[in-house]
Amino acid sequence: MLKYLIEKEFKQFFRNSFLPRIVIAMPFMAILIFPMVANYDVKNINLSIVDNDKSPYSSQMVRKIESSGYFRITDVSSTYNEALKSIEQNKSDVILEIPNQFETDLVREGETRVLISTNTVNGMKGSLGSAYLSAIVADFNSQIRSELMQIKKGIQVPAIEIVPMYKFNPRLIYKVFMIPAIMIMILALVCGFLPALNIVGEKESGTFEQMNVTPVSKIHFILAKLIPYWVVGFVVLTICFLAAWAFYGFLPVGSFVTLYVFTTLFVLAISGFGLVISNYANTIQQAIFMIFFFVMTFIFMSGLYTPVASMPQWAQALSTISPLKYIIMVFRLVYLKGSSVSDLFVPFFALMGFAVFFNGWAVLSYHKKN
Amino acid sequence: MNNNIQTSEQGLKPDIVISVDNLTKRFGSFTAVDNISFDVKKGEIFGFLGANGAGKTTAMRMLSGLSYATSGKGIVAGFDINTQSEQIKKTIGYMSQKFALYDDLKVWENIRLFAGIYGVPDKEITLRTDALLKQLGFEKERDTLVQSLPLGWKQKLAFSVAIFHEPTIVFLDEPTGGVDPAARRNFWEMIYQASDRGITVFVTTHYMDEAEYCNRVSIMVDGKIEALDSPKNLKIQFNAKNMDEVFHKLARKSTRKAD
Repeated sequence: MLKYLIEKEFKQFFRNSFLPRIVIAMPFMAILIFPMVANYDVKNINLSIVDNDKSPYSSQMVRKIESSGYFRITDVSSTYNEALKSIEQNKSDVILEIPNQFETDLVREGETRVLISTNTVNGMKGSLGSAYLSAIVADFNSQIRSELMQIKKGIQVPAIEIVPMYKFNPRLIYKVFMIPAIMIMILALVCGFLPALNIVGEKESGTFEQMNVTPVSKIHFILAKLIPYWVVGFVVLTICFLAAWAFYGFLPVGSFVTLYVFTTLFVLAISGFGLVISNYANTIQQAIFMIFFFVMTFIFMSGLYTPVASMPQWAQALSTISPLKYIIMVFRLVYLKGSSVSDLFVPFFALMGFAVFFNGWAVLSYHKKN
Repeated sequence: MNNNIQTSEQGLKPDIVISVDNLTKRFGSFTAVDNISFDVKKGEIFGFLGANGAGKTTAMRMLSGLSYATSGKGIVAGFDINTQSEQIKKTIGYMSQKFALYDDLKVWENIRLFAGIYGVPDKEITLRTDALLKQLGFEKERDTLVQSLPLGWKQKLAFSVAIFHEPTIVFLDEPTGGVDPAARRNFWEMIYQASDRGITVFVTTHYMDEAEYCNRVSIMVDGKIEALDSPKNLKIQFNAKNMDEVFHKLARKSTRKAD
């Protein structure tokens, strides 16, 4: 019996003019485009320079800033107030004011001050911009210092230099952090929400009732709905893995086996969740709205964009009920850190719990008769 | 009818396939089906008439195992509607007013799907599909998507699919809604053929000319069965020229708003 039902689902899937294409397009879209867009590496910060000194040192510093690649000098003003206007007109984000006597003070006194003034309407861009700029100025500072030291042969000033070591993502590339999480989003859509919409679609067209009046059992009906999407989900995920490798040379440090094991658990959990939705929604409109609500909640609660640890306590508590949190965590850890199943007991049992809970709920809330 | 010839099996007389006893369905304070009782004989074409909202579909859904009865008993094809609805589903066919084949499957694929679900073996499906298509004159439409068939054809196909597995009873819920008179006649020929093969036909309709084709007709008003007999006897009983008049005389009593 199951054979005929699965056959039917596959026929309908491939006959759909829309779904197969989307399923193929989605991983490429996700791997190629989303990581570029959803990127916190702040670049192209518009810089306004007020150089009151116009000395070799000051222009050397400006060149250094320019060559860092983070800044775009969009404005050179003669006074601070003028520069402020360019911020007001949204032409620049950061002002760097170099004082009169910059070079002289630096050489004679061994000390000078520059002013960094930042537009923090976009907090992220502003704070990162001023941090980058400070870092470059500091770097320039130590460069000058060593030059001057050599000339003066003065007493060595002890300085502590902090050298951070970034483990697992040494170049702090945001893409690397995002790609594993984006893969999960796609999987959630394909394995969780497509079958749910499919079932509600049958409710709308009346074929659902036709099925309920046949001897097809609940379990068979549900399995026939899910199995094709599980297959499609794994195909899509594999395309994602391949695309990440082909376009970025991005391979997991850990093993693919671990990833597929966890994917299986997650797919079970999320498709169970989709089924629960399909049991309560009577129209596509209701289903889509419910899905939208939960997808948004899951995304923001899952730590996809923002670390769970920096959420308020209550939100952290709430995030433990999002299956996406665990699987995204697993994917990131396996991809970047090379964790194996033995390091990941918590997400393993959490996902297993979700799978049992949602599927149990789905079977109990599906009534052939009412 | 003679009450002494009851068999031990489910307390049914041998030639009775549906037996309903004080069946009631309430939705909150609204009584959709109010204490109805009737029997349907094997091979009979049983017309189930009533105005919109009279409770026909609700009653039919209880008999076919889609809906729980609030109270009362019912035996369909030897199984209890309260406790054995999954067994009932194996032995009945069902075609609803909402056309329910898969639009995005081809004609042969729909036949294969539903035949497979009812456990018809693969080989037999292939053989009988060809025979059926020939009989319907649908050979050319074998690979046509159901969505592109005209409504009359769709309904003929849906009926054929509903009886493909040779059920004891087939439930038809307004099967001819929206089709032209010629197609309706055609459809009724198919119903007669099925009935000749011993399949009991339980049919709801709004067309009074169709009511004349039934062996027996029940007329529901506000959830109750107000009349039940052969069309001929009903016309005599209500002193009417045709079933249309019978229906109007009864339906006038209704206090319930049609939906």
